Amino acid sequence: MSRLQTTFQSLQRKNRSALITYIAAGDPDQAVSQDILNGLADAGADIIELGMPFTDPMADGPTIQAATQRALAGGMTMTNTLEMVRNFRVQNNETPIVLMGYFNPVYRYGCEDFIRDARDAGVDGLIIVDLPPEEDAELAVHAKAADIDMIRLVTPVTEDDRLATVIENASGFLYYVSITGVTGTASADTQAVSAHIRHIKTKTDLPIAVGFGIKTPEDAAAFKDAADAIVVGSALVSEIEDHAHGAKPRIYEKVGALRGAL
Amino acid sequence: MSIENIQNSFMNGPDEAGHFGLYGGRYVAETLMPLIMDVEKAYKQARDDDDFWAEFHELARDYIGRPSPLYLAKATTAHLGGAEIWFKRDELNHTGAHKINHCLGQILLARRMGKTRIIAETGAGQHGVATATVCALFKLPCTIFMGATDIERQAPNVFRMKLLGAEVRPVTSGAGTLKDAMNEAMRDWVANVRDTYYLIGTVAGPHPFPMMVRDFQSVIGKETKEQMAERSGALPDHLVACIGGGSNAMGLFHPFLNDADVRMHGVEAGGHGVDTDQHAASLNGGAPGVLHGMRSYFLQDADGQIQEAHSISAGLDYPGIGPEHAWLFDQKRVNYVSVTDDEAMEAFQLLAKLEGILPALEPAHAFAYVMKLAPTLPKTERIVMNLCGRGDKDIFTIAEKLGVHM
Repeated sequence: MSRLQTTFQSLQRKNRSALITYIAAGDPDQAVSQDILNGLADAGADIIELGMPFTDPMADGPTIQAATQRALAGGMTMTNTLEMVRNFRVQNNETPIVLMGYFNPVYRYGCEDFIRDARDAGVDGLIIVDLPPEEDAELAVHAKAADIDMIRLVTPVTEDDRLATVIENASGFLYYVSITGVTGTASADTQAVSAHIRHIKTKTDLPIAVGFGIKTPEDAAAFKDAADAIVVGSALVSEIEDHAHGAKPRIYEKVGALRGAL
Repeated sequence: MSIENIQNSFMNGPDEAGHFGLYGGRYVAETLMPLIMDVEKAYKQARDDDDFWAEFHELARDYIGRPSPLYLAKATTAHLGGAEIWFKRDELNHTGAHKINHCLGQILLARRMGKTRIIAETGAGQHGVATATVCALFKLPCTIFMGATDIERQAPNVFRMKLLGAEVRPVTSGAGTLKDAMNEAMRDWVANVRDTYYLIGTVAGPHPFPMMVRDFQSVIGKETKEQMAERSGALPDHLVACIGGGSNAMGLFHPFLNDADVRMHGVEAGGHGVDTDQHAASLNGGAPGVLHGMRSYFLQDADGQIQEAHSISAGLDYPGIGPEHAWLFDQKRVNYVSVTDDEAMEAFQLLAKLEGILPALEPAHAFAYVMKLAPTLPKTERIVMNLCGRGDKDIFTIAEKLGVHM
């Protein structure tokens, strides 16, 4: 069983939603980022989403744009991102890591090579924001062979006919983008999103994570009945923006509070 | 395969999923997929609807001023001493460039789709002005995303857009140029997906935009073909057009792609030289990649990070190119070359003196290549260059470059 499956099953037995935390790899530099990453699970993260920095993060709001640009300015590369996962795995072989980013750096690395190196590093899943099901075969074929999950996105504007396309070949979990917008901006319509998630659950057995616009323990708690996992990113990343090298305890404190709300 | 079959394939693209060979496609966030598929459906219906085209052609004639003239530039021909030079005068269109062609087509589509708000990105400001113009005509609110750097170097067009009632939103991320404006427009679109139409300004972006913009711009090539047949009873021997995203070039080239004797030259912006890191030549200095909803050629480093383009011309200052050009480049159907900032400056000044025409800095790039090409050709051959925009907007940039204080 994959780390993602094990994690979701174990949390289901405890009747608790998973907390997924996002940080950008290499923000503000690789050493500090590694240090934050290594302690996230102990702080309360059930699953870790690690952002692969890209120059043109079109689905991200100002906070995560700034985070990935700090990382790039610090010299972060795709190879370094995988190295961070490898280092994390030395001390943690249970917590799933999902890489999130945009297709061009993966494409440039080479889909087959990237999947091989990601598997060897200990990556469990991929969220490639600008790679819809219609275009993802060249990556998905290798991911499937390596047992790396291709995590797909659903949104408030995903109607049932579209949902069928998204669910087919999806694995790991579904990522519900709770707002029509970029990361860290507006707040979701909790009731409408929860209703939509319940509807999607009649079509698939995959766990459903909800993210974009969830900042506080209250936001997180509002989704815990409907969703199997809650993703928090910008609210954590903003601590790095505001406190740079002093961000770690503040991030862990937030993660703990979020975990407590689930 | 017979030569005829090979030729036929040049005009068949894209396929159902929007691919031109390896290129094109739809690489967008899931939030945009349903909407983009709606745009595709709406455009397919419009494309087969005579009423749609009747409205398009009536406004093209009465509002834009089409057909634009095809002008035999005798003084230039004599000066360069080789092939005959003809200019397709798309700088005489309403708003002063070819951009109005695809703005008209797209605003008619947005209206059919019942969209109530228009957004667009702009580099030189020509597409922004053209978008603001058709939005004024059809009373639709519009927001134009423009890089902060470009706002500075294209001040007259910024003021024009505002006079036309558009909101101009400065984009400060990245280098503050066209790429960043496009990122920000896509972010806005994701956030306003239900009521907003993104009026993309070139043959780029996710399918169906590259095909759709090409179809609207093809009026340039179709007119050229008819006008040349009428005037000389033959096809042109060479077509020359500048390329940023590639809309004016695609519009001129597309109707001729199956005419094997017509040679085509796409002129990229070489900035300080393609061998430096300061240029905008995506085909000659970039590599295949994925950005802004499409697979095409992009300026990028070994790690897949997109690099900033550089060109004296804001309209060419983009690190990518439309996917159909990427495919034509691989197929070697079109000869893609580049000219530098300095060569474009020289060409601008020469055209002003020879013909009394101030070209935009974008077609000044095309003319710089005509200056190289024409003298190598016999006097019996004919070159048609797309003079796709007028240069009034560029006089401040040129003054600065020449050290003139205005």
